[in-house]
Formats: sequence, structure tokens, C-alpha cells
Amino acid sequence: MALLGVERLDARHGLLQAVRGVSFEVAQGETLALVGANGAGKTTLLRTIAGAHKPAGGRILFEGIDVTAIPAYARLRAGIALVPEGRRLFTEMTVKENLLVAGACGRVGPWNLDTVVEAFPLLRRRLASRAGNLSGGEQQATAIGRALMTNPRLLLLDEVSLGLAPIAVEAVYRSLEALIAGGATIVLVEQDINRALAVATRVACMLEGRIILEGRAKEMTREQVTEAYFGLGRARRAAP
Amino acid sequence: MIWVSQLINGVLLGGYYALLACGLSFMFGVMRIINLAHGDLAILAACVAFFMADSAGISPFVAFIGVLPLMAVVGWLLQRGMLERSLRAGILVPLLTTFGLAIVVENGLFEWLGADTRSLAPDIGDFAFDSWAVTGNIYIGWLAALIFAVAVALLGGLKLFLTHTSLGRAIRATAEDPDTAELVGINARSVYATAAAIAVATAGLAGIFLAMRETFTPYSGPTQLIFAFEAVVIGGIGSLSGTLIGGIVLGVAQTFGAQINPQGFLIAGHVVFLAVLAGRLVFAAVRTRGGFHGLFARRS
Repeated sequence: MALLGVERLDARHGLLQAVRGVSFEVAQGETLALVGANGAGKTTLLRTIAGAHKPAGGRILFEGIDVTAIPAYARLRAGIALVPEGRRLFTEMTVKENLLVAGACGRVGPWNLDTVVEAFPLLRRRLASRAGNLSGGEQQATAIGRALMTNPRLLLLDEVSLGLAPIAVEAVYRSLEALIAGGATIVLVEQDINRALAVATRVACMLEGRIILEGRAKEMTREQVTEAYFGLGRARRAAP
Repeated sequence: MIWVSQLINGVLLGGYYALLACGLSFMFGVMRIINLAHGDLAILAACVAFFMADSAGISPFVAFIGVLPLMAVVGWLLQRGMLERSLRAGILVPLLTTFGLAIVVENGLFEWLGADTRSLAPDIGDFAFDSWAVTGNIYIGWLAALIFAVAVALLGGLKLFLTHTSLGRAIRATAEDPDTAELVGINARSVYATAAAIAVATAGLAGIFLAMRETFTPYSGPTQLIFAFEAVVIGGIGSLSGTLIGGIVLGVAQTFGAQINPQGFLIAGHVVFLAVLAGRLVFAAVRTRGGFHGLFARRS
């Protein structure tokens, strides 16, 4: 049984339909990269899975249970954590408080303040700093660490490299690769196709709210993904 | 020496204002709601404590044990039943809702207890007016000192609670960004209801102390709301330590005003409030327009 199942999901922003009948599955331990141009519907899809956006139709199954109607905080307690686009840290609180507030959700597991700081060493000397005073890379590390503090079974990452300096992107991706190697299940929204192909086990390309290309990362070429990204090639969905 | 005495009295009076303003500031800080029924909820608690003392002979100090949890439940129900719904309709609707609630509470209390002036001072005996003689001319009232100590303990305790407990951190996170708070497992609805319960319970605490230190009627709420609002604005809205400072500034201004002229008690408080408000508005305008030159430059 897949850890996450998305069935014919629709999501709207007013009159605009951002996600159109999207279906896919994510197995335990798998990393799915969602790629696509701006406005393709990736962020809305992720937010809908996390419960931050109300779906207009379809179903979301987590461990076989329909979670479509339950609120975001309950989905997190079930094991779905989102690292939102733009980090959305609590800027008036310290880094430590940002981590602890998530850690109080009641889920038990390997992640706690010590293990998160171990995974993101750059946070060690910034624990007492206000989150609003951090650099972009430190903020992103805090945002991922905050999600990990909830000991999620599924981690949704939205544009983790957006707006970061190249050195910060490297640091964030090194940490992600360690997470993936540790067996984490991840759905990753990424605009950088090369990075998506490098870290993911499967890649899905979205265009105008639909998944038009999906397959194993090892079996896909950069050209195939680029064509789908810009809507140039013939859409296809390979067997997962 | 009389000014020193007035300064001490003003600071102690400020403790009462800080206690009264605490819930108003807390509710605005967490939910961005200005509760216009705050003063009336304080009077509601005073009336309940008076009823317990009058009908069953229960000491007002014992009444705290029953009234404060009751007021917390009122706050919780108020949030779940009224404010939560009104918040969905924009920022003006909660203001109108609490204004309507204030009218309902005032007239409900009038129906219940009538228009008579009441006080709990007779029920606490000498404690209402006894004092320590610091020097021959300076006295510190027991009740005023107790209220000040309770205000400092409450505001300090709330600050520690918000900083060092998981519920406190959840309240701060929800106050800053309720949507993201939900994404880290916080039930924002539940947090709002808890915050409202705390705010209304503190209003109840202030209301009972008000009834001990002076007289009240069912229509005393709006006056108390004005004092609370002035203390909050002077100290900085949403700031707990600022609320204590604001209360003290208001209390000192009123006692100094009364020393200058018997009519000056209220006027001096209002003048300080308006001066601070005007100062804040000018400061905000200067900041947004890039200095005094930008503020006074003609718009093309």
C-alpha cells in the first residue's frame, strides 16, 4: 500500500483552477520530485495535501485513510509535514522556540532538538537568535528542522532552494540527501531540473495544473523533462 | 513630601489599571480583537462575587476561587460561540459584536441586581482601608499594595508562561501566523479559545479587586474599558510589560492631576493618553515617510 495516494485532486483559487484531476502515489521511502514552471500548480498541490488549501474535488489518502476533510493540524499529527514556500517561520520567536513549538505536536520518533541541530550544524550557534534575523540558508534549515521536529512519515518540501545563495543551496541539499539516505519519504517541489533528477527516485512534471510526465528519475533524461516543463514534448506517464 | 506620596499612590493605582488592561492587551495580541465588552465582563465578575458575598456570606477572597474559573469558561464560550464566527467576517464585525455584548451584559446586570451602587469593601473589613505608615506623611494601603503585587505577578507569570511552556509558545505562534501554526500541529481554534479564557479570567480578577477598592454599578464597565484602553495604548498594544508601564503612567498622571486640581484626576489621564497617542502617530508617520523632512514635505 502506498503511503500517500492522491486521486483526481482538483484545487482552485477563486475562478482559477490551479490543480486539475491530479492522481499519483508515493511509496514508503520514496522521493518524488514535482517540477514545472511558475503557475503550474505545484505549490497549490502540496498545500492541498498538507491541508493548508481546501480541495475542490478528489481524495487524499494517507496510509490508506481518507484525510481529505481533516484540518492541517490533524494531518500533521497523522504524519504529514510541509515545509512551505518562503519558509514561513515565526519570526518573532527564536530558532529554538520555532523548533520546540513543532516538537510539541505529540508525535514520537528519532527527531528532537539535539538530532535536528546535529543534522543542521549551522543552527547550533543560532538557537537563541530570532528567526527573523537569520540568513536565507539558516531560515531554510530552521524550516526543514521545524518540520522534522514533528517526526513526519511524509515530508513535503516546497521550493527549498528558492532565493538562497548557491552555497546555502548546497548545504540544504546535503542535508536532504542525508534524510533521503535515511529512508525518509519526501515529495519535493523543485524548479531546478538537474537537482530534481539527482535526488529523486521519481519525477513528475506539472503543466497548467496537470501532471503531464511522470516516471523513474534514472530512466528520464533532462531533455524529456525540459520539454514537458515548457509544454513542448508529448505528454506521457510512465509506469511508476 | 505630598508629591512623593502621590507618586506612590499613582504607581499602586497603576497596578490596578495594568491588571484591568492585561486581558484587553492579551486578547488583542493573540487574536487582534479589541474587546469592547472587557470592562463589562470585569463588572460581571464583580457582580457575581458581590452576589456570593451578599447571599452566602462568602469572603471576596474565597470568591476568586469560584469566579475566575467561571469567567474563564465565559471567555472560552465567548470565543467559540461569537468571536470565532465574527472574525471570519473581517476586522470590524468582532468590534461590533463585542460592542453588542457590552450592551447585553450591562442591561442583563441591571435586570439582575438593579441600579444600586455596590461595593465589596465592607466584606473585607479593615483590609479595605488599612495602610502601612512609611513616614509621618506617606502611607501605603494594604489593598492597593496587594493589587499591585497581583498585577506584577500576573503580568510576569503570563510572560513566563508564554515563553517557557509549550502552550505559551503555541499561543505566540498562533498570534503571529495562525495558518502556519496549523502546519506545525497547533489547533488554532483551541488556542484562540484558551487565550480568550485567560483574557476574560484576568478581567474577572480586576473586576473583583475593583469591587473591593471602590463602588460599582452595572453601568461601570465602559469607564473601566476606557482606563484599560488608555493603559494599553500608553504602554504599547499587545505588550504585557508595556501594559504594566502604561498602567503606572496613567495612574501617576491621574493622581498628580488630582493633586493639582480636584477635577484633574480624569483629565490628566486623558491628556497623557492623547499625548502618547499623538506621539505614536507622528513617530509612525515619520518612519513610513522617511524622517521629518518627508513628513512635512508637500505632496506633488
